[in-house]
Amino acid sequence: MSGILNSSIGRKFAMALSAFFLMFFLLQHFAINILSVFSPDTFNEASHFMGTFWPVQYILQPILIFGVIFHFVMGFILELKNRSARKVSYAKNNGAANSSWMSRNMIWSGLAILAFVGLHFYDFWFPEINTKFIDGDWSGLHNGEFRYFEELQHKFHSHVRTILYVIAFIFLALHLLHGFNSAFQSVGANNKYTKGLNGFGKAYAILIPLGFIFIAVYHHLNHVLS
Amino acid sequence: MNMNLTLKIWRQKNASDKGKMVDYKVSDISPDMSFLEMLDVLNEQLVNKDESPVAFDHDCREGICGMCSLYINGEAHGPDRGITTCQLHMRMFKDGDTITIEPFRATAFPVIKDLIVDRSSFDRIQHAGGFISVNTSGNTIDANAIPVNKEDADTAFEAATCIGCGACVATCKNSSAMLFVGAKVSQFALLPQGQVEATDRVLNMVKQMDDEGFGNCTNTGACEIECPKGISLENIARMNSEYLKASLKG
Amino acid sequence: MALDSKIPKGPIADKWTNYKNHIDLVNPANKRNIDVIVVGTGLAGGSAAATLAELGYNVKAFCFQDSPRRAHSIAAQGGINAAKNYQGDGDSTYRLFYDTVKGGDYRSREANVYRLAEVSANIIDQCVAQGVPFAREYGGLLDNRSFGGVLVSRTFYAAGQTGQQLLLGAYSAMNRQIGRGKIKMYNRHEMLDVVIVDGKARGIITRNLITGEIERHSAHAVVLGTGGYGNVFFLSTNAMGSNVTAAWKAHKRGAYFANPCYTQIHPTCIPVSGDHQSKLTLMSESLRNDGRIWVPKHMKDVEAIKAGTLKPKDLAEDDRDYYLERRYPAFGNLVPRDVASRAAKERCDAGYGVNATGEAVFLDFASAIQRYGKEQAHVKGLDENDAALVKSLGQDVVKNKYGNLFQMYEKIVDQDPYNTPMMIYPAVHYTMGGVWVDYNLMTTVPGLYCIGEANFSDHGANRLGASALMQGLADGYFVLPYTIGDYLSNDIRTGPISTETKEFEAAEKEVREKLDFFVTNEGKHSVDYFHKRLGKIMWNKVGMSRNVKGLTEAISEIKELREQFWKDVKVPGTNEEYNEELAKAGRVADFLELGELFAKDALNREESCGGHFREDSVELDGEQKGEALRDDENFAYVAAWEYKGEPSDAILHKEELEFKDIELKQRSYK
Repeated sequence: MSGILNSSIGRKFAMALSAFFLMFFLLQHFAINILSVFSPDTFNEASHFMGTFWPVQYILQPILIFGVIFHFVMGFILELKNRSARKVSYAKNNGAANSSWMSRNMIWSGLAILAFVGLHFYDFWFPEINTKFIDGDWSGLHNGEFRYFEELQHKFHSHVRTILYVIAFIFLALHLLHGFNSAFQSVGANNKYTKGLNGFGKAYAILIPLGFIFIAVYHHLNHVLS
Repeated sequence: MNMNLTLKIWRQKNASDKGKMVDYKVSDISPDMSFLEMLDVLNEQLVNKDESPVAFDHDCREGICGMCSLYINGEAHGPDRGITTCQLHMRMFKDGDTITIEPFRATAFPVIKDLIVDRSSFDRIQHAGGFISVNTSGNTIDANAIPVNKEDADTAFEAATCIGCGACVATCKNSSAMLFVGAKVSQFALLPQGQVEATDRVLNMVKQMDDEGFGNCTNTGACEIECPKGISLENIARMNSEYLKASLKG
Repeated sequence: MALDSKIPKGPIADKWTNYKNHIDLVNPANKRNIDVIVVGTGLAGGSAAATLAELGYNVKAFCFQDSPRRAHSIAAQGGINAAKNYQGDGDSTYRLFYDTVKGGDYRSREANVYRLAEVSANIIDQCVAQGVPFAREYGGLLDNRSFGGVLVSRTFYAAGQTGQQLLLGAYSAMNRQIGRGKIKMYNRHEMLDVVIVDGKARGIITRNLITGEIERHSAHAVVLGTGGYGNVFFLSTNAMGSNVTAAWKAHKRGAYFANPCYTQIHPTCIPVSGDHQSKLTLMSESLRNDGRIWVPKHMKDVEAIKAGTLKPKDLAEDDRDYYLERRYPAFGNLVPRDVASRAAKERCDAGYGVNATGEAVFLDFASAIQRYGKEQAHVKGLDENDAALVKSLGQDVVKNKYGNLFQMYEKIVDQDPYNTPMMIYPAVHYTMGGVWVDYNLMTTVPGLYCIGEANFSDHGANRLGASALMQGLADGYFVLPYTIGDYLSNDIRTGPISTETKEFEAAEKEVREKLDFFVTNEGKHSVDYFHKRLGKIMWNKVGMSRNVKGLTEAISEIKELREQFWKDVKVPGTNEEYNEELAKAGRVADFLELGELFAKDALNREESCGGHFREDSVELDGEQKGEALRDDENFAYVAAWEYKGEPSDAILHKEELEFKDIELKQRSYK
């Protein structure tokens, strides 16, 4: 087992494992966010639970942050190594003839998502951490009511932010369109039993980001039209 | 209808030369010619003009020895599918076309001269474990003593059809050799004879592959498309799971 | 020197066992002090190198390709014979022996062929143990198919690429030894001379094809597994690099060259399409299991097909001449290669050729598609009278069996063989002749061995399909490792062979002089110019059908061409670089000598046998009228030629062939 992360396949495997974790997180994140469309109260309760339940805060949250950082750092390391595997590039290369744009540009869609994660942290995570750990306010209340739904709505007042979010989700979809099945391939699941995963992966890659776009646009329009 | 073509060809005197693209013209090329026969015509021209002919690897010219290579118009073995360069015919091109011809590029495949590259890294990966350690004395058990499920036998055969040309590496944006190594690992992993050494084989071959400086697979699938023998990506997945199993054991 | 074939005494079935029981062995500790050079890494050379290294000898292996895996054995398609009798159809060691001797038209050495048949079964065991993925049946056991010239199914195969799979098996055995350091592998090296010290082969001179460096390599014995010389015809199914140089240098150093005129013209190759053609492509003989060969019966249909006004598939059954089935009802489309090739030539010479050049016949799968389709429809309980369904089911079966060959055909010819018959014509494929060897596979130079296609050995005047792979592996895995030990047992005290001797120096000097000559000669014509002209002479006058006039002309034309070559050949570049033109020049120079000896041998052999067909030696009447006529009284011998300078000065030595276990008969496939 030792040194597995020094081998090419070990690194692939690690990339895939962190990807699985992030994809699962994404699903959970989506499940809670979509509540904001149907029932602000349920959304508030779920948010409060996630924000204050100690195993989530002290175990899952650090793991998640580690997962995000690991996935990005490993992605960069692999990209650099892969680039050094061809020092002289082709004068003419027709990549479109044999592979999808998504698969060839994971580093760019990944970087776009990284930028978005920065924005997203700035928007939500840092204020949240500030409230809880600096101010020591774990009540989740603002003026006597749960603050989560309000804060969410408030963020999507801005045109620019909404557009940035939509663009980021498009990149997320592109990243997932290759990444989902790629992760399965990396852990060795590509055989006659896993053919069905292909369709599922495509559906996941499109529907989840589309759902996030819907949420962002929904709240934005709510504000604009009201 | 015979064709007149412009060729942009990578010329490099030897491994230490810098190299550059050079333009050539060929005329009266028959659509029935193979791509290499078209290059023969160019070389005959060059020899008659006392210029140095373009060096390229080739041998069987029927798509099985794996010696020919070439990156033609941005694709390994050219625009057609399921073939090697020697099986590419000029009917794939039109009169007046410009064709770009480059060597297979990868740090692990250094250029020797012009379009010839050194693929001995593939050999070294095989030395590391591409075999079953059985003595060649002939004193083994009867060939029919171990029945092999036809499906496994056929899948092993399909993996074994790899001709080691290196198109997978040349095509891969990461210059990864995993299709090649995956095919060899799969062939033995699928057969009962290969089980005994399965753990060491996959660990050693992957280690050698990494040491040679090939990149990592990011599952773009380009190798499978460009492979002249249609070796499936499933072989990479099988190698991945074999490797993980072996790492847990080892 | 009288030829001694060193055949062991005793009954044929016991010879090999007795021989092995009585030879001298080298103990394992001493093997570590003995070096062996193996040139060529095909089935014969590769398997020999692996086995010798495994036994403990220090092996140096050489190939001109960039990897041992690319040797031309890789292109063998159909299969490998072995007397396993898995099908229970009456096969046996004796029957394989008999078929091979008969197929070779009684011009091979009985004892060698029997040994070959005897070890054939081991090859299959060995290869399966190595992980060679042979085709299997649904029960998980090995499948067999049938090949030309025999009445049993004894051919093991791996789809249409048995050669590649077997070679990869031998290559993997080599890899294991390279990894252990027991084989030192020299890729992209070409052997340019054998070095003889005190009458024994003690080393070789090579050129590094990348750097041009001339190197000396010494050993206690030298093994040549360098393949055949079919490229003397320029166009053949051989690889572009296949050449006679190693064998020819051995010949010049004293190894006799046997039966050069025995060449196999394979009946099923893709016809020549134009002057630009650089090589010919074989369509496996296995296709004759299911394909039927025909030309139109009437000249008007031939012309309509050529003009494109009649599609071959639209020609009525009654208007087709299935000439093999007509002439040879017992074997039909599965007659041996030489017979099938001559029959095609006969029809085309009579004007019935079906393509623009008039040199092509049809190989038709329509009836096989029908037959398989009906069978499948029946098995699946579907309508057997639904023509479209039957056709599609049948095509699937055919695709399964021959898919890669059909694809190869389509890419080259641009026609779909599932819907229109293939066009085929004979082409040079294999050379039965080669360096003369005794029972030990040793040439007339002590310590110099020759194995596989490079020697003359086991196939007589015609090789049966799927027997080349068998012979290559038998020689390398199972025969040479024993026989060479007997010789090397005298060398355990010799110690390392020095390369700093006058013999090595002289050989190297000669090699250098020739290379220098090529790069400084101010000639007018490229190497290919001469090679193509040689090929034309060979094909037209020493090809499928030979006569005194043509052969005499060929001899003087080749001599003339050779003289012109040495005056007028132009080689660009220098020796100190990768220079393919220079490598080719050396090879063509040797072909130009071999070609003349080839014609001389053909002229000497005033009989028709196997691949050698003399127009003045045919059956004049009776049932066999027009068939080849052998002359056992005067020509039941191996013609081994001794080098004396010019090919015209070569001296003929005869090894009389004795047939004690098989009765000499006119071959009949009727």
